[in-house]
This record gives sequence, C-alpha cells and structure tokens, in this order.
Amino acid sequence: MGILVIADHHNSDLTPVTANVVAAAKAIGGDIHLLVAGADCQAAAEAGAKLEGVSKVLVADNAVYANQLAENTAALVATLGKNYTHILTGATGNGKNFMPRIAALLDVEQISEIISVESADTFKRPIYAGNAIATVQSEDAIKVITVRGTSFDAVAATGSASIEAIAEVTDAGLSSFVSEELAASDRPELTAAKVVVSGGRGVGSAEKFDIIYKLADKLGGAVGATRAAVDAGYVPNDLQVGQTGKIVAPELYIAAGISGAIQHLAGMKDSKVIVAINKDEEAPIFQVADYGLVADLFDAVPALEQQL
Amino acid sequence: MKVLVAVKRVVDYNVKVRVKADQSGVDLTNVKMSMNPFCEIAVEEAVRLKEKGVATEVVAVSIGPKNAQEQLRTAMALGADRGILVETDEQLSSLAVAKILAKVAEEEQPQIILMGKQSIDTDNNQTTQMLAALAGFSQGAFAAGLVVEDGKATVEREIDGGMQTININLPAVISADLRLNEPRYAKLPDIMKAKKKPMDTKTPADYGVDTASKVKTLKVEPPAERSAGIKVGSVEELVDKLKNEAKVV
Repeated sequence: MGILVIADHHNSDLTPVTANVVAAAKAIGGDIHLLVAGADCQAAAEAGAKLEGVSKVLVADNAVYANQLAENTAALVATLGKNYTHILTGATGNGKNFMPRIAALLDVEQISEIISVESADTFKRPIYAGNAIATVQSEDAIKVITVRGTSFDAVAATGSASIEAIAEVTDAGLSSFVSEELAASDRPELTAAKVVVSGGRGVGSAEKFDIIYKLADKLGGAVGATRAAVDAGYVPNDLQVGQTGKIVAPELYIAAGISGAIQHLAGMKDSKVIVAINKDEEAPIFQVADYGLVADLFDAVPALEQQL
Repeated sequence: MKVLVAVKRVVDYNVKVRVKADQSGVDLTNVKMSMNPFCEIAVEEAVRLKEKGVATEVVAVSIGPKNAQEQLRTAMALGADRGILVETDEQLSSLAVAKILAKVAEEEQPQIILMGKQSIDTDNNQTTQMLAALAGFSQGAFAAGLVVEDGKATVEREIDGGMQTININLPAVISADLRLNEPRYAKLPDIMKAKKKPMDTKTPADYGVDTASKVKTLKVEPPAERSAGIKVGSVEELVDKLKNEAKVV
C-alpha cells in the first residue's frame, strides 16, 4: 500500500507540476511510486527518479500511451491503482482528462484540485470559482485526487529512485490521436513561471499586446491574459489566467489593463506580489494588488520595461 | 442519431456567493439560479448538430430539484425536443450523477452525449469522464471543435499549451469548453413553444442508483482575503518598491 503519483510529462521531459504533486503526496505520507505512462518516455522516467520522496518509478513505455489518451491511461491505472491507498496527479489538462475516468473505473469519487492536505483523508479545495474553500473528508478505500500544483512547494531533484518497467499494455481501441498544435515559445511555461505579465481587454488589440510581451521578456517571465482578451482574439486561449483557464502563483504578477473580474482573480490571487496598472482607479484589481499604479498602461508598461 | 444533452441548475455566474456563518455551505436563499454556462454551450452544440442534419432528436436531461425544470425548459426553448428531469433535493456527487446518466443513456441509446466541462458551483470537472468510463464510451473532454461523420467524431480539444485533435468512436461523451461555440439566446416564440414540449419526471431510485456519498464536506469557509497594498505615484516609485521592498526584480 502507498501512494501512486501519475506523472505529467511530454515523454522527453517531466513537467514541473509533477514535483509539486509529489510534495502533496509527501504531506499525505507513505511510500510514493511515480507512474510515467508514455512512449519513448525514458527521459521523463529518469527525471522522475530524482524527485525527493519517490521510492520507485513505474514506466509504461508503449505507443498506446504516447498521447495520454484518457481511455488507455485510465484502463492502465484502474488495474495498477488497486494496490494503492491514494492516486494523485496534477490538475493539468491531461490530469483533468484521465483522472475522473480512473475514479469511475475504481468506483470511487474524485477530489478535484486540492490546495492543502489536512490529513491522509481530509483535504481543502476551492469551490465557486475560489469564492469558498471546502474541507472534505473521504471514506473511499482509494482516494483519487487531483492537485493544484501552485499550492504545494516542489520537492527537490536530489533523490535516486529505482525504475521498473510495466509490461502490461491496454489499448481500449476507442480513440486515436490525430494531431497536436502547441504554441512554440521560448518563454517559461505559464504555470511554472516566476514572473507573469498579463494583459486584459484594455490592451486593445493583438498588435498592442506587443508591449506586454516585451515587458515579460525583460523579466524572463511568461505572458498571461484575461478571458476577455482571449475572447477578443488578442492572444491564444492557452494564455488565459483564471478559474476556467490557468491557475498561476508566481513571485511577481503584473496585471496591465485588467479590471479584476472574479473569474480572473481566482486564477492569480495566490501570487506572492501583485502589481496592477490601470487607468481606472476604481478597478477591483487594486483591492488585491500590493502595488497599484493608476496610469495609462501604454505609458507605464513601456516605461517600466525601460527602467527595469 | 439521438443526442442527449445534460444541463445543471446552478447559481448564476454573476452572483458573488457568500459562505454561511455556520460554515455548512454557501448561502443560496433568494439567489438567482441559471443554467450552468458550460451547459449552455453543450445545448447550443446539440442544437447545431440537429440543424446540420447529424442529429434527429435532442433530449435534454437534468438531475436536481423540482425547479431544475426551468433549465430544461430553457434547453427546449433553445431547440431540445424533450426533457427528462431526475428529481432530487440531495447534492449528488459527480459519481452519482454519472451513474444516473449512464442509466438514462442505457434507456435512450444516444450516439452522442454532450455536457459542460464543469459546473461553476462545485468546480469538479468530473462527470463527463466518469460517465464515459461507466458507459464504456470514448470521451472528448474540453472540446473546442466537433465534427461528426461516418460514425466517428473528430474532436478538437483544449490542452496545456495548445490544441489536440483526436478521433473517437461513437457512442461518445463530449464536454464543452468555453470556445466550442457562442450560445444563442432563446426567442420569445420558442420560449412559448417550449412550454408544450414533453417532459418526463423520474427519481434516482427509478434508475436503481445508490446516491450515497463517501465524501463528506466538513466545513466551507471564505477564502483568505488578500488585503489591498499601496498606490504608487509613478513608474519610478514602482521600480524602487519592486527592487528594494518586495525584492522580486
């Protein structure tokens, strides 16, 4: 018995959130195994073996797991998971996709997006777009949990777990991968970046978003946006920060031309330092900002970039 | 083919909810209730499938209190042909909802089940995937595009960092993400017509589903408030604070 953590990865590497999920597993307590299910994913498995607290890495390396199709991943974990008291993964696009399928196959409920571990069976999680925090206790024999990565400090990469291959292969035969379009960028991944510079509808157009990108590049940060800016077509939708987009908690969050809708605040209010730049001094964003600057973003953002 | 679309009655997305003083939950007395926004997108997609000639019938189903018939009437005003209300005053877990929907699917035999990716009250994001597992169907979660042809569905999905396209067998359960479509508004004549469309009322017991939950909510609290900081007068002052006070640059 112990805890199974399902790694979030791109086959050739592990995504940073996995180290946060292992931290949540350590808080629960118990022997921690890490499952890497993918294809040609040896590199991700080796990275996983270094995560502090992991005692064994299980690798299911087969073409059927290449794109983490929910049907195949869930079938694998539903068999494997019976030997554990807890199954954890990150509340990422992949985790949210396959995890409830695993829970249903095991006939247990899922606890989504926990932000703290109170004990081995009790957890806190946000509801109503983060406007309330529920403390829930599970009596299920196997606790299936997704973890909000930004709520747990990543474990160090100083361990050396053993790596074991899993021979079992399950192809549910229900779905197949066609293609993937990933935004190519040298910038850090939004949810793992130390600095995030976000723009809202106030930025006005895709072209004018350029000043946001420039400031982010100066700070070595990622670019984010509000749902309004995404819906207006200024930036691609994977940059959306908010309850229905990405949840971020960087060291520094700069909100430019963002009014501060509840939806958006739910995605960034755990940032360490928040800076708001908005010409409307009544904007709700100022109520959560450590430093507020009432100014036109088209003056302030380039000036900030110059002076940093 | 038949399309089943599930809708949930939730607190309206414009309402700022308040936690009850006794920490038992959020206060929903006299609060405006509406169809979950992601469910509206699912209904729109189902109606479009009918308009394209892919679907022959759209059946809306809701699991909730008696008043959830309002949301079913809305779905019918938008174009669903009939409704099924599975009436319960309990707050059901996603697993219980998925079990009931699996039974409804067994009876109705839809080729496609559409639903929202998550409800804005519990924020679970589970039911679609659980239903697909229980029914043994393929799943297309977080759909931003849907094409149905030759007995298969091609689903464009929102993933971290971009988009993924997958081909899935039918029957399938598909969950709507924000950008799948822009839902229409119901027109007054359609709202009138919807009142005459058939609606069945059932209970979870009719489907033989045990709805007991193994997850207890011990308490519900407001989130830690973040207090407002200070206003700075200039970019220079901001840079100084970030460098010397916050020490984040």
